[in-house]
Amino acid sequence: MASSRNIIALKSILHKEIHRFMRIWVQTLVPPAITISLYFVIFGSLIGSRIGEMGGFDYMSFIVPGLIMMTVITNSYSNVASSFFSAKWQRNVEEMLVAPVPNWVIVAGYVGGGMARGMLVGGIVTFVSMFFVDIQIHNIWVIITTVALTSATFALGGLINAIFAGSFDDISIIPTFILTPLTYLGGVFYSISLLPDFWQGISQINPIVYMVSAFRYGFLGISDVSLALSFSVLGVFIVSLYTVAMVLITKGIGLRS
Amino acid sequence: MQSALKISGLKKTYKGGFQALKGIDLTVKQGDFFALLGPNGAGKSTTIGIIMSLVNKTAGKVVVFGHDIDQELETAKSFIGVVPQEFNFNQFESLMKILVNQAGYYGVERKLAVQRAEKYLKQLNLWEKRNDSARMLSGGMKRRLMIARALMHEPQMLILDEPTAGVDIELRRSMWEFLRELNQQGITIILTTHYLEEAEMLCRNIAIIDSGIIVENTNMKSLLAKLDVETFVFDLKPNSVPTALADFSSRVIDDHTLEVDVKKRQTINAVFSELNKQGIEVLSMRNKSNRLEELFVGLVGSGQASSKSAVKE
Repeated sequence: MASSRNIIALKSILHKEIHRFMRIWVQTLVPPAITISLYFVIFGSLIGSRIGEMGGFDYMSFIVPGLIMMTVITNSYSNVASSFFSAKWQRNVEEMLVAPVPNWVIVAGYVGGGMARGMLVGGIVTFVSMFFVDIQIHNIWVIITTVALTSATFALGGLINAIFAGSFDDISIIPTFILTPLTYLGGVFYSISLLPDFWQGISQINPIVYMVSAFRYGFLGISDVSLALSFSVLGVFIVSLYTVAMVLITKGIGLRS
Repeated sequence: MQSALKISGLKKTYKGGFQALKGIDLTVKQGDFFALLGPNGAGKSTTIGIIMSLVNKTAGKVVVFGHDIDQELETAKSFIGVVPQEFNFNQFESLMKILVNQAGYYGVERKLAVQRAEKYLKQLNLWEKRNDSARMLSGGMKRRLMIARALMHEPQMLILDEPTAGVDIELRRSMWEFLRELNQQGITIILTTHYLEEAEMLCRNIAIIDSGIIVENTNMKSLLAKLDVETFVFDLKPNSVPTALADFSSRVIDDHTLEVDVKKRQTINAVFSELNKQGIEVLSMRNKSNRLEELFVGLVGSGQASSKSAVKE
């Protein structure tokens, strides 16, 4: 009885979340396609042709996995951060809080919504990439697993951000000052093996390095770090962030007086 | 019969030290139409917030249809529908989506939820607006939408926090009728309101809360029986007001208006006799204020409490 009720509740939250970003598709689905096209024109055609090869591949092919991953990260994060914060701000989060919805269902519903947007946008960007470069796939399962785990990680991050946020400014601070620098320094545009030893060591504390590396392996068969280490890092992040999110919602931080 | 709601020793102290509830006890019987009254800041919304798990209690126990919210929160929640004081739905969603999603949170299948949404939207005269965005609705329509939303899982107890605030009198009366019908169907209703006439007309039992303490908890008839004096306003033929009435305390308001205090042991007939004796014609007569209002003001300290700190109301 309770399990079927929970499944219906989970489906309702997922339905609401997916409907939300589809309803505002001009704001959510179109901009990543335009941005990625600009990256390909500038970094691929204009600058990339002068850079030559990287990791044994032409520069355009090398940056494709990183650019897709960058889009997945920002969209998974911002979807949950803005949706959950809006629900707090308009107080419609109370619709779920007064109902017999377990906290794990709320977390799973929002994270599922973030993953759905991250992966849909990832698919759109991959499709756009095909107009600029011959996409090759080394291992489809590594690609799917990496994109699913990465989107789950950042959707959880977005949820935690929204729980603490007290204003709309608060949900843009982390993407601007933390997420974007980590992404740009996470090996999207270069192989970290090109960096001096010191900066290679520093890069290893950046979790995005592991995500981009695993994703690039799925496409090109090359990686900066081992696949096992990448998946382990992702697993640790997901378990840790899920635990934090559950504790915060159970205690009612930012949600209950 | 099992209680619909049993509250014992409920306390709430907010961060900063404001003590909103100082240990209240309250029992609401199944099928009751119950009023929870009090001035701003008295603790009404805090009490409702705790029942709905939107406010964490500091101490005490809340049991809903035999289910303690500390042990069986989800089961307890499934019995309750709530209509909050402030609009708390997604303003950008359509009415239909708001209702169907809410039903889903309670485990109601989508197909059944759509049928119920149609039923309640029609009953509350919102069916024509079903595909409109909620932000397009008037204030009264938004209140009715929240009532429909609270009923989507067909709860056994409905809690309404100021449901008719800012609603015009015609709409208020149609909402009263709707609530009466729900109560007749067996739904327990708990109502907070500032319109004391509303409580007097609808509710069988009443609790008055002031500064976090229950100051009165009884049935409406017993409470009204405590009223010792009622003030009546007489509209008289112009320039015919009496100087005084024997046995009655009275005040001349203007050249055609007289206020008379009538004690419980006195009759209005006696007032008319006095006026007749002086040859004064009465054009009309009315209560100066609602009976419950007079009692309420007395119980909460002549309205002084209403100016107290209103942290959470």
